[in-house]
Amino acid sequence: MSPDDLSKIEINSGANAPETVPEAVSAIGSRPAVALPWDHLERTEGFGMTQSGLSFVYRPSTVEGIREVFELARRTGRFVALRGGGRSYGDAAVAGENICLDLTRMNRILEWDPVRGIAMVEPGVTIGQLWQYTIGDGWWPPVVTGTMFITIGGGAGMNVHGKNNFAVGPIGDHILNFDLLLPNGEIRHCSRVENSDLFFAAIGGFGMLGCFVRITLQMKRIYSGMVAVEGYPARNMAELIEQFERQYPTADYLVAWIDCFARGKSLGRALVHEAHYLHAGDDPNTAQTLRVEYQTLPDTMMGVIPKSIMWMFMLPFACPLGMRLTNWAKFHLSARLEPGKIHRQSHGAFNFLLDYVPNWKLAYKYAPKLKLMREPGGFIQYQSFIPAATACECLEAEIRLCQQRGLVPWLAVFKRHRKDAFLMTHAVDGYSMALDFPVSARNRKRLWELAAELNRIVLEAGGRFYFAKDSTLEPESAETYLGAETLDKFFALKRECDPESLLQTDLANRIFGDRLRDERPAAQQ
Amino acid sequence: MATWQRALIVGGSSGMGEEIARELARRNCKVALVSWCKEELMAVADSLNAVTPGIAFPYVHDVRSFECAPSLFQQITHDLGGLDVVFYMAGVMPRLQPDEYDFDQDKKTIEVNTLGAIAWLNEAAQRFQRAREGTIVGISSVAGDRGRRGMPAYAASKAALTCYLEALRNRLSQHGVSVVTIKPGPVDTPLTRGSKQPLIIPASKAATLILKAARRRGKTVYVPGIWRYIMFIVRNIPSAIFTRMKF
Repeated sequence: MSPDDLSKIEINSGANAPETVPEAVSAIGSRPAVALPWDHLERTEGFGMTQSGLSFVYRPSTVEGIREVFELARRTGRFVALRGGGRSYGDAAVAGENICLDLTRMNRILEWDPVRGIAMVEPGVTIGQLWQYTIGDGWWPPVVTGTMFITIGGGAGMNVHGKNNFAVGPIGDHILNFDLLLPNGEIRHCSRVENSDLFFAAIGGFGMLGCFVRITLQMKRIYSGMVAVEGYPARNMAELIEQFERQYPTADYLVAWIDCFARGKSLGRALVHEAHYLHAGDDPNTAQTLRVEYQTLPDTMMGVIPKSIMWMFMLPFACPLGMRLTNWAKFHLSARLEPGKIHRQSHGAFNFLLDYVPNWKLAYKYAPKLKLMREPGGFIQYQSFIPAATACECLEAEIRLCQQRGLVPWLAVFKRHRKDAFLMTHAVDGYSMALDFPVSARNRKRLWELAAELNRIVLEAGGRFYFAKDSTLEPESAETYLGAETLDKFFALKRECDPESLLQTDLANRIFGDRLRDERPAAQQ
Repeated sequence: MATWQRALIVGGSSGMGEEIARELARRNCKVALVSWCKEELMAVADSLNAVTPGIAFPYVHDVRSFECAPSLFQQITHDLGGLDVVFYMAGVMPRLQPDEYDFDQDKKTIEVNTLGAIAWLNEAAQRFQRAREGTIVGISSVAGDRGRRGMPAYAASKAALTCYLEALRNRLSQHGVSVVTIKPGPVDTPLTRGSKQPLIIPASKAATLILKAARRRGKTVYVPGIWRYIMFIVRNIPSAIFTRMKF
């Protein structure tokens, strides 16, 4: 908004005529002329705690309530950001100074068919809520993320994946159909045959096209509450990729943790964890292991330390030296102890690593405070998806660049992916590496510069990015990897479903600001 | 030291408000300027935007239209994309003869200096309390420390503002919000022009001191500092003597 436009706005210029006020207010037009109640104002932040904004948060529990929020936004000239579990790392569910539509109270499981394993849920149902409901009947979500606190609606909006992406694709591949509420109040039923273009665009459409109000999901049959897990080391990136290429056609889950502090011949050394579902009859205790209690993570560490305070014990290690040590020790200990041993672990313990230590992210937040810096810290995750052919070279280059810039990621996770049919997909037939960087007031600028440099490496290798994790992507990089044609198609759908551009987020404005602004005048004509 | 990125200055088109806006804009802080005088306002905003395009956001508004404050306040935070600090600078000081009583002028004084401040700062207080951060700067005056003969309503308006700001500080400090009461002595601004004032300082100097105090998260700050000692003495003059004094 240029200041020139603002000059035309007069609330009340007559110094002696305060009585004429109310009329003058309405002259503001499409901009917020109506004050919203302060008690809805809350700070919303990304999971990484580095991007936040004050928003007017509304938590409706019915479809009618969502419609009212859209109407409120229209009346007050604000945009609406959809928010689920708030587990996106960056600004994907943040809308500073606008309205945040928090869907966590739309959390009912509407229908459950234990014979066919089909669940119809509202968007605020979390992965955790879903598996706890279905596991007793022998069904598990086909795709789960590293935390069970994401909502199904948010997961569909980002088209999330798990450690089995190479085998079963993203969550969208298991959604049979959904109802999408458009900002104008209309509900569109979408499936692979009905409104299929919207089906493939809204899944992964980062909340730009409409609000999921009902999602039907096909669950996965399991015959035990456990998976068989095997761990083995890889001495460097080449070996890691070789192992993955060998194992992925037969494995059910495959994930590796990379020690980014290792250099030279050990660059990209990692620990791989491979898991298989158990077949019928493999588990003599099925009735027991399929109980929710069996899956629940223990609430103490080693039977004594309450997990709720575990993150405080992590604080001393939350510095480059401490993390170097942690990474080194983890690699060498596990490389010695794990190989050759197959152990059984519950689905919950294997999949939900991010929930294992509650509030572990606070270690990132308070680590800078220990060093007497005033600003609390946070972290970002930089995840890039690289085609298999160029993966080894590209990922090595990424780690090397981080080391050269003196910003070594504290944690790196490596996964295998496959292509999918969704319009805004982040997946490639290849690999992804997710790098966790601590952020403080001191390194923030350097870190964003590093991310821009990494983007160039990734784009050269034909790589892609993922909005759920993103904090740093620039518009040009997004245009490059998605391609103008895809974006034109996506924003044509956006114009059709949301001509007023009511649905926006800070992320959408950061990456697609120009395209979103293009739409407003078009809508008014 | 706080790095402000978005500031709101109510009464930002002349005097100290203008100087504060210039100083903040120099440091790349976006400024929203609210003023009733459109010509002055646009001149200041244009000159700031000429140096750094998009840094100044002008809003024409009379602080006496209290009903508008809530919506305009939210519009400003929306336009700025947030808010770190609010300066309430608007003030009037009508000249009165020693035996003159003018209710219209008195009413305007209270409305601009006190009620306007309450209307705007109530909004800021609610927002900052929820944000758990922010700085509120209110311009009171040394005149509010004692009821002198000269301008009863002006002194009362500033005394009320001082008390209001103190109460706000006591409400908000537990939420991480700082409220700074500035008590300037005479400053060379349109407000004081045409009258003879002792120890007068230029507006730019006052602006620098105010910003310094606000950044330090001071509580009650006299500008310049010498007035703290002068007013300590003045405050402690017994009434029996004060009634006989001519100043």
